[in-house]
Amino acid sequence: MSGPDPRGRPRWHRERAPIFWWLGKWSYTAFIIRELTSLFVAYAAVLLLLHLRALATGAEATLRFEEWLRAPWTRAWHAFVLGMLLYHAETWFRLAPQALAVRVGGKRVPSAAILAGHWAAWAAFSAAAWFLLAGGGS
Amino acid sequence: MRLPRTWEPFRWALFSSGGMAAALLLPATAFVLWVAAPAGWVGLRPREDLVGLLLHPLGRLVLSALVPLSFFHWAHRFRYTLYDGLQLKHLNALIASICYGGAAAASLAALAVLWTL
Repeated sequence: MSGPDPRGRPRWHRERAPIFWWLGKWSYTAFIIRELTSLFVAYAAVLLLLHLRALATGAEATLRFEEWLRAPWTRAWHAFVLGMLLYHAETWFRLAPQALAVRVGGKRVPSAAILAGHWAAWAAFSAAAWFLLAGGGS
Repeated sequence: MRLPRTWEPFRWALFSSGGMAAALLLPATAFVLWVAAPAGWVGLRPREDLVGLLLHPLGRLVLSALVPLSFFHWAHRFRYTLYDGLQLKHLNALIASICYGGAAAASLAALAVLWTL
């Protein structure tokens, strides 16, 4: 892209890559998929709120909402959403050792330990969510 | 229009807190509520219990953090996906306004719903 600079500097010159540059290599595609998991994070937040609203409205609204959740295409869609949320968690935790430089007693904590700590926290939060929502029932 | 550079650490903090909250809480929530329960693999607690739990002041507080932070996580990542993925760097200010403005508006709406239910 090129254009005049308001501060009187020379014009910019940037090579524009094709829009689908990220399809050429798997690591680039994985990067874009990772970024797009954010759409599913926002979707899950909205759905959680809608679910809560149905529950709080009453038995009839809850039944209608649950009926929608049980529809085959909704179930397939939500299985896909879950896959994207898990991909978000996996890629997020994988970045953590690079973002966190934890030192204990002057020594840097190994990446594997930071990663394991995140997965342990994930397991604890997941077990708590399962217990609070399902109560171990079947 | 140019967004102040000094906002960047603040936006990044919202993005990373949202990423962490979503990674820790959303997969299990999605699995239990929207995959396992509709498939009949698990039974949810009775409706009154779920409402009591989620609308308990602590439940509302957790959701008041989780939901808006998830929106700001989306805003930050989606902004850069549009920049890098679709090569839209020249629409910088417009995209940033739509993403962060959208997240802020959605967060206010979510908080209004959460605290009036």
